Amino acid sequence: MNNFWFGFFGLIGLWLLAVFVSVRLLSWLFPRIQRGEADPASAPSDLLPWYPIAPRVRQLLDARELPRALAVFDPAYWRANVRVILVLLAIWIGIVIAPAALSPFLNQFHILTGAIVVFLVLIAGYAWFAARLDQKHRAENAEQAPTDARRTALLGLIFLGFTLGFVMFVVTISTFEKQMGLTSSSIGWALLIVTIALYAVIGIFTRTHSLDEYFVAGRNIPAFFNGMAVAGDWMSAASFISMAGTLWLLGYEGLAYIVGWTGGYVVLVMLLAPYLRKFGQFTIPDFIAARYDGTVARIVSAFIGVIISFTYVTAQVTGIGIIMSRFLGVNYLVGIVVGLGAVLFCSFLGGMRAITWTQVAQCIVLVIAYLVPVSLLSLRATGNFFPQLMYGQALEQIVRLEELQGIANSYVAPFNDWTPWNFFALMFCLMCGTAGMPHILVRFYTVPDAGAARRSVGWAMLFIALLYITAPAYAAFSRWEILQNVIGRSIGSLPEWTVNWANAGLITINDLNADGILQFSELRIDPDVVVLATPEIAGLSQTIAALVAAGGLAAALSTADGLLMVIASAMAHDFYARTLNPGASPRMRLLISRIAIFLAALAAAFVAIRRLGIIVQLVAWAFSFAAATFFPILVLGIFWKRANGKGAVAGMIAGLVATLAYMLINVVDPEWNVLGITNVAAGIFGIPVNFLVTILVSKFTAPPSPETQALVESLRQP
Amino acid sequence: MGDQKGSGNRLEAYWKANLRLIWILLAIWFAVAYVPPLFVNQLNAIVIAGFPLGYYMGSQGSLIVFVVLIFYYAWRMNKMDQEYGLRDKDK
Repeated sequence: MNNFWFGFFGLIGLWLLAVFVSVRLLSWLFPRIQRGEADPASAPSDLLPWYPIAPRVRQLLDARELPRALAVFDPAYWRANVRVILVLLAIWIGIVIAPAALSPFLNQFHILTGAIVVFLVLIAGYAWFAARLDQKHRAENAEQAPTDARRTALLGLIFLGFTLGFVMFVVTISTFEKQMGLTSSSIGWALLIVTIALYAVIGIFTRTHSLDEYFVAGRNIPAFFNGMAVAGDWMSAASFISMAGTLWLLGYEGLAYIVGWTGGYVVLVMLLAPYLRKFGQFTIPDFIAARYDGTVARIVSAFIGVIISFTYVTAQVTGIGIIMSRFLGVNYLVGIVVGLGAVLFCSFLGGMRAITWTQVAQCIVLVIAYLVPVSLLSLRATGNFFPQLMYGQALEQIVRLEELQGIANSYVAPFNDWTPWNFFALMFCLMCGTAGMPHILVRFYTVPDAGAARRSVGWAMLFIALLYITAPAYAAFSRWEILQNVIGRSIGSLPEWTVNWANAGLITINDLNADGILQFSELRIDPDVVVLATPEIAGLSQTIAALVAAGGLAAALSTADGLLMVIASAMAHDFYARTLNPGASPRMRLLISRIAIFLAALAAAFVAIRRLGIIVQLVAWAFSFAAATFFPILVLGIFWKRANGKGAVAGMIAGLVATLAYMLINVVDPEWNVLGITNVAAGIFGIPVNFLVTILVSKFTAPPSPETQALVESLRQP
Repeated sequence: MGDQKGSGNRLEAYWKANLRLIWILLAIWFAVAYVPPLFVNQLNAIVIAGFPLGYYMGSQGSLIVFVVLIFYYAWRMNKMDQEYGLRDKDK
């Protein structure tokens, strides 16, 4: 045990030293740009030449270093630009589709290299054309300067470049693997280190000392990118690794997670996001304190926010540890420290601003990593590249095989695991919880205006739906594979992937009737296996398996980032600057928030080492808490002027107590329940209790002050 | 003074229109999310391209409707902001 602690603190010390040295080094390599130093004439209106790129990218990420007063939007320029982009995108799509037509004549390697060359030509061509276009239009309009639309387009180009670069990197590694036979652990390390390094570089570029940027990214994130950041923030280790497995286990009932975790965004866009942006402070307790005038409301809500975020961040840290240990073969503990190091690196230096841009990058990585393996599996199993369209075939086969093997508990038939009540209750909890999650809500403070907040919800939902529509395909294909090739075989001749995962302890085979044949009831499977084993089921290379690990890590890191930020801002802003020491200097507040991030991460690591329950369970509890505490009082705060501070505090506490009570009783004695509702959906009791208590207490106490009512009115106009 | 009153009425009308839109869209949202599971057995009898319809509604159908609802709301409100003169067209 002594060795354990010695190693643990040794690792943390080493890590701190490494961070210190690399920060010093990077500060020296990329000196900070002082505000106002940017020369308007040489603002990043042309992308070429690329040197010196560091200050340019930094300028681009921070719009306020651009001369806004000079901004003139030139429609002719923009139209020309869009035309070029459309033509190039048409070629690009052609390149993606053409290989299917040409496949009889070329082998896969030719197609891939050919496509990469064409992609490079396209990028270079666009860069060249954009530079020429800029020159032409600058001649026409001497005061041409980057506008918001141009900034968005340039950022889009950078992230398109990032995406293509990442894909090319994966293809290159895959080629190396085929030609030179790299070992699986070196591939895993290469992918993980490169992706973590990319996030760290983004963190360096965007480091900041300004409070506004540290807590709300300067409120100038374009809607599209905020949408991607929300999606990255949202899709956690649970979404990435465990959700498909949960579907595998539960069949129809698992869809409660799919619908619940997406339906919340509809509520969010209409009931919360634009109004919170209109309010525009730093944290969610800020809003609650202003609306329900008082320190009590702020402290209670900040405290609940910290509890929710901490539960959820623990789940992410567990995910990080599992991914690192399983794919790199390192110790679970070492995995946690390395992974957390990547998180801290970003949030430490750049706060929300750094987190935003890393989340955009992580969103790209995780969506690619999620879609690629199952698309290739679908190609192998059905001859079509789109699993989302093709898993209907898998469902047909599942139903056929179930009948053949006499499995009564059908995959597509509803309510054979849960009561319908539990299904609806869980769905409702997840939806309201989504709309009440503090780390999602604060993201809407980072856009320029209420309209952008609405649009960014749309973009977020688009990326989230991409992954969530694919998850049932993962589950269906692996269910088909298992029913077809694993069940009914003699236990000595199971497919290789089953044996590998059984050795890893995630698949348990127990020949109950000792007939040497595997029956369905004799197979136990850990939910995480479904996504993790898909590359092996599809017979894909080690590179793809490592890609899945990188994607899972991106999902866990991006969510952990956002959550740690909520904890830090609650500590530094709500507890310290607004309550304990109202005159705190910005320097002190930044320091406190950095210390809070570090301590929260450390505490999460300690809890994660104890490994409480599975990831989905932990996360779903956090949702019940968010749904039963924040959601009702936020909605009432905007839509019911009469709601007052006493009501809100009483409502939050009552909702929390009701949820916690049901949860605890049900955990201790699962036989005790109402209509079969499980502890995961306990929020269903807390939500109405919160609404009722808030309304009743408000009714029987004095109405809020005229200033507060005026605040509500001002929120209602964009 | 008259000006202020005019602007007050306009804001009230804007808020009413917003609430109406929210009610309609939330009704659709509710119908899409919570009604298909009630009739899932009947819907599962219909199979399209291998997908039993009840399962499909949960796994894809409702999600697609959600995406459309959100974008529609964002677009409609954007237009409404301009109609009620609460925001410049270019912004």
